[in-house]
Amino acid sequence: MIDPFAGLGSEKSVSGAPSTIEYMGDRIFRTLAYMCAGAIVLLVAFILWELGGKAMPAIKEYGLGFIGGTTWDTNNSEFGVLPEIWGTLYSSLLALVIGGGLGIAIAIFLTQNFIHARIASVFRTIIEMLAAIPSVVFGLWGIYVLIPMIRPGAEWLHEHFGWFPMFGSELSGPGLAPAALVLAIMILPTVAAISADAFRRIPYKVKEAAYGMGTTRWEAILKVMLPTASSGILAALVLGFGRALGETMALAMLIGNSNQISVSIFAPANTLASLLASSFPEAGEVEIEALMYAALVLLLITFIVNVAGLAVQQYTMRKFEGQK
Amino acid sequence: MSKSGVSLTKSIELPSLERKFMEGRALKSLALTSLTWFAAFLASIPLFSVIYMLLVEGGARLDLEALTELPPAGFELGGGFGNAIVGTLVMVAISTSISVPLGILAAIYLAILEPRSKLAETARFLAKVLTGFPSILAGVFAYATIVIWTGTYSAWAGGVALAVLMLPTVTLAAEEAMKQVPQRMKDAAYGMGCTRTQVIWKVVLPTGLPGILTGVILAVAGAAGESAPLLFTALFSNYYMSELAEPTASLSILIYNFSGMPFENQLELAWAASLVLVLIVLVFNIIARLIGKPKY
Repeated sequence: MIDPFAGLGSEKSVSGAPSTIEYMGDRIFRTLAYMCAGAIVLLVAFILWELGGKAMPAIKEYGLGFIGGTTWDTNNSEFGVLPEIWGTLYSSLLALVIGGGLGIAIAIFLTQNFIHARIASVFRTIIEMLAAIPSVVFGLWGIYVLIPMIRPGAEWLHEHFGWFPMFGSELSGPGLAPAALVLAIMILPTVAAISADAFRRIPYKVKEAAYGMGTTRWEAILKVMLPTASSGILAALVLGFGRALGETMALAMLIGNSNQISVSIFAPANTLASLLASSFPEAGEVEIEALMYAALVLLLITFIVNVAGLAVQQYTMRKFEGQK
Repeated sequence: MSKSGVSLTKSIELPSLERKFMEGRALKSLALTSLTWFAAFLASIPLFSVIYMLLVEGGARLDLEALTELPPAGFELGGGFGNAIVGTLVMVAISTSISVPLGILAAIYLAILEPRSKLAETARFLAKVLTGFPSILAGVFAYATIVIWTGTYSAWAGGVALAVLMLPTVTLAAEEAMKQVPQRMKDAAYGMGCTRTQVIWKVVLPTGLPGILTGVILAVAGAAGESAPLLFTALFSNYYMSELAEPTASLSILIYNFSGMPFENQLELAWAASLVLVLIVLVFNIIARLIGKPKY
């Protein structure tokens, strides 16, 4: 038998009370960490204060009329962002319908034993890589691949269903449809990842119980898994929507930057983010103030949507805690 | 007794347990399954299409000249985007050196020191909100502070805008990684008389390092691909940078500028630059994935 304690006594033990220097070092380091955590809070406060302060002259000048106004005229200093708000919400909503639907389908595909776990992990990597492609590359791809690709379809839809308001105009290059499609591709990984997570949180016995009742795979998914994961999926959709609202470069390249309100998905439009991207670099002092106001509007919209999404996500996590 | 029991079972017609292929619900299941396969197929098209285009269009132009020369003007032929590569790397380096120490220290507070305190709850929530912060607003913020303050577009301003975007990713990933460190390991160190700082430096950070690194590298990859925050903070420049306080070129802005130009040469360079940018981002992603792989 080997003595497990052999040789232990021969060394000087490293255990012992901390020295004064170690105490001091600990104090300093903990204070530093405390300050860094505080820095995050201060940073957000500072961002709000800074944007609010820089937008203040414009808020005083234009008031709430800025949100309802439809013209963006630098020469007459007349500014309104209603078309941009409309474009932001409309394009994000279209993206949510396409990307959200696909994202949920992908989440089901990944988590409900459609494919072998090993292949599923490869496929998950493909979807995650989609999230890694820079926005500006998607913009370039959209201009030279997506727009030419969807043009025949768009023409056909306009020709045959032109009476339907959503197809009411011709696609003349950039427009809402390609922008929304690229947006859909960009939010798909977010929606898929968060809803796959929601599916994975469901205890396995729930699914087994459903199968035990003799359900088909899809009866189990539609009647048991989806309702159980519904709050997590809702969080995924809301957070994906938040992503879409703030997306900039691909939209600035694809949406046409036209200051108009149109229901047609083939018409060019504009969003708050792409207004900032396209106007900011060349703006004069008065326009900068108006743009700061627009930035504040965008900040508020995304803030509300993101907080709502996080709240739903938190609620979901709490619901499943202690159920496993 | 037994007689009545037998007659009871006989009177109930049990439904067949066999599932037939042509049964309505089996068909519905099959239809939905094929639809899901189709959705999965559809969702993987864009990635392969983008990669194909990058390899064909960008690969054709990618050579030493493209990687080192300066951007061409108007009708000029040739040229490259060497200054943009340097600019992107410098600005990502600036933002990394700001956001990583700050984020990891904040994560130490959130994960180890006071996880349940008011400040920790607030900071954690705000970090999550910041992950959904539109990247262009980070640019507006850096413009409002640094560009207006210093009076010039600069690599500094671009770096700070990127740091605002990296900070929440680094913080949340580092917090998650440090929370995974087993309590017994920390307890053992405390039992030896370690201060909390020593436990953090000698136990928590080394053990959580793979997870922290994964978060950092993913944040770096994201920052390298960002363009909106650089539009009016770093602006662009047609020359190699000589100092940090001057307008600076970046790959993403070069792609944006060249994508709308009517010249074939610039367009080819935009594709080549996209290929380089995507390669940088993907390589970082793959490294992060390899490091972050759980070892036990």
